Amino acid sequence: MNPVSVISGRMVPLPHADVDTDQIIPKQFLTRTERTGYGDFLFHDWATTEDGIPSSDFFTNDPARQGARVLIAGRNFGCGSSREHAVWAIKDWGFDAVIAPSFGDIFRNNSVNVGLLTIELPDEIVSQLLDIARSPHAVVTVDLENQIVEAGDFAVEFEFDPGPKDRLLKGLDPIGLTLQEEEAISAHEARRPGWMSEAPGQ
Amino acid sequence: MTPRTMFEKIWDDHVVTGDDPALLYVDLHLVHEVTSPQAFSGLDLAGRSVRRPDLTLATVDHAIPTRARSLGIRDPQSKKQVDTLRKNTEKHGITFFGLDDPRQGIVHVVGPENGFTQPGKVIVCGDSHTSTHGAFGALAFGIGTSEVEHVLATQTLWQKRPLTMAVEFDGPLPHGVTAKDMILGMISQLGVSGGQGHVIEYRGDAIRGLSMEERMTVCNMSIEGGARAGMIAPDETTFAYLEGRPRAPKDAGWDAALEHWSGLATDDGARFDTTNHIDVAALVPHVSWGINPGQTAPITSSVPDPASFTDPAERDSVVRALQYMALKPGTPFTAIAIDHVFLGSCTNGRIEDLRNAAKVVAGRKVANGVSAVVVPGSMQVKAQAEAEGLSAVFEAAGFSWREAGCSSCLAMNDDVIPSGERCASTSNRNFEGRQGRGARTHLLSPAMAAAAAVAGHLVDVREWS
Repeated sequence: MNPVSVISGRMVPLPHADVDTDQIIPKQFLTRTERTGYGDFLFHDWATTEDGIPSSDFFTNDPARQGARVLIAGRNFGCGSSREHAVWAIKDWGFDAVIAPSFGDIFRNNSVNVGLLTIELPDEIVSQLLDIARSPHAVVTVDLENQIVEAGDFAVEFEFDPGPKDRLLKGLDPIGLTLQEEEAISAHEARRPGWMSEAPGQ
Repeated sequence: MTPRTMFEKIWDDHVVTGDDPALLYVDLHLVHEVTSPQAFSGLDLAGRSVRRPDLTLATVDHAIPTRARSLGIRDPQSKKQVDTLRKNTEKHGITFFGLDDPRQGIVHVVGPENGFTQPGKVIVCGDSHTSTHGAFGALAFGIGTSEVEHVLATQTLWQKRPLTMAVEFDGPLPHGVTAKDMILGMISQLGVSGGQGHVIEYRGDAIRGLSMEERMTVCNMSIEGGARAGMIAPDETTFAYLEGRPRAPKDAGWDAALEHWSGLATDDGARFDTTNHIDVAALVPHVSWGINPGQTAPITSSVPDPASFTDPAERDSVVRALQYMALKPGTPFTAIAIDHVFLGSCTNGRIEDLRNAAKVVAGRKVANGVSAVVVPGSMQVKAQAEAEGLSAVFEAAGFSWREAGCSSCLAMNDDVIPSGERCASTSNRNFEGRQGRGARTHLLSPAMAAAAAVAGHLVDVREWS
């Protein structure tokens, strides 16, 4: 994973609450066996009519919104299914950060692993950002190192868990890190009761 | 010693290293075809192997056909996914219940019925309904594909310590009210993000009185309330269910396991971060009317008016829901005609669910113009239902009787509900497009779904018994 530090770019407002991962990437696109190629299907059923024609009023089809890097969303963004495909689709389309009052727990974990920043800010702050983001030219800067979001005169600090922050800033491979804990993992395995391991096998 | 919750005991037992986040050991990793291929290819790319194939179980469920299986999988991408899982499990020596295995089924039905799911375990799966396994007093939660890869390689996961929530279901369950109504009722009260950041422990007399399958229905939908996981303390009901299951401990192992399991329940005086009470006596059968599982109400009420919601975000959501669902405020729920009935899923696809539905259906016919389908949760559930004569009851009534899988719950296979049509569904999610683009879902219990199939519209099943 590439390190993530400062993201600066235009915004897209999506002011609905409880946007679930079924909307972010509908199930018909989950049969692929790759991690890439989901960007074209981001919010597919909102972005197209039932006849497959692009809906001109949805941001993915708006020329002015192309190249935007930060999505501003309502509370509980990414709730529902655990599909990491939702994060892959958001990243593939070009977003590097999502700012919302809250996120689905699994979506947030998946985002750290894929290198998408999920920034939680209070409702009223997100409302202000949604207003600013109505202009397709408005630029926002998300600085992970210093934990600051800035858009013109607007600036606010955000909280971020230190563990994920470090991994994102350094672009660390979490599996590689965990494998360094080999001794502790083996020690735990030695402590496990025998009946717990009896079960599976063929 | 400080009194501890069941969650804390299981958490403490599994910390390999660290505090918050802690590196947790995983006792059982369930794998299916849709969220695993990228994880296995990631392992291959890094030249890593599966650390504990013996603690890993794979099956196919999400995108497989529920009829004409002898013809194979017609969709080439779905076929490739299933083939990829078979190859990956062969390569890494993982137990695989494939399409032709009599134990194949929805991963959250297969784990419990074969005894893989046990109290005190940490259980993960690349599927949000992994919370189902918490019914046994396990800490079970859904993970994404990168985490699947992490567990395959290390048998561990870094986890931030969640908050704990007790949900007390006080009082006995009224006649005609089911586990599905308990959890739908809870989510409608606490909201779809009410459990965010928490592990819920379901407690109280009404919970203690539930069978294992009913407990699974409750824990299954924890994620729909936004919770990380849901759990219920193991007791005699749990132990009786597990004893003799193929993968349950045996002999001396059983005795040792029983001793361990008996100590898992939350200690008296242990503290939860949050406590909520549900008045069980006031519960009635519930049905969803909107586009998230919190948009649910008693069958005795009517479609709400957006103007009655004060929170602007909620009002926006209700307006959008009524538009998608083509419903007018004030319409009694029992006046809503349906086109489809789906009986199945990891929420309500087990034998007791089918028995409850069959009781309602027996001697009756599916209404004209309604297409009704039963998809057993596993091939073992299917075989048992056939042995008990339930399939005959359903077929005589005009239901289509299918092979096991997730089917119309998320409609990744051919079982898609057409646009604009309305489905009474025993599944767990009524999201837009979930059962098919433009399809309108009403979540309810198996008995309520069966009654709707016969009536051709939503009904209060209590009036039938």
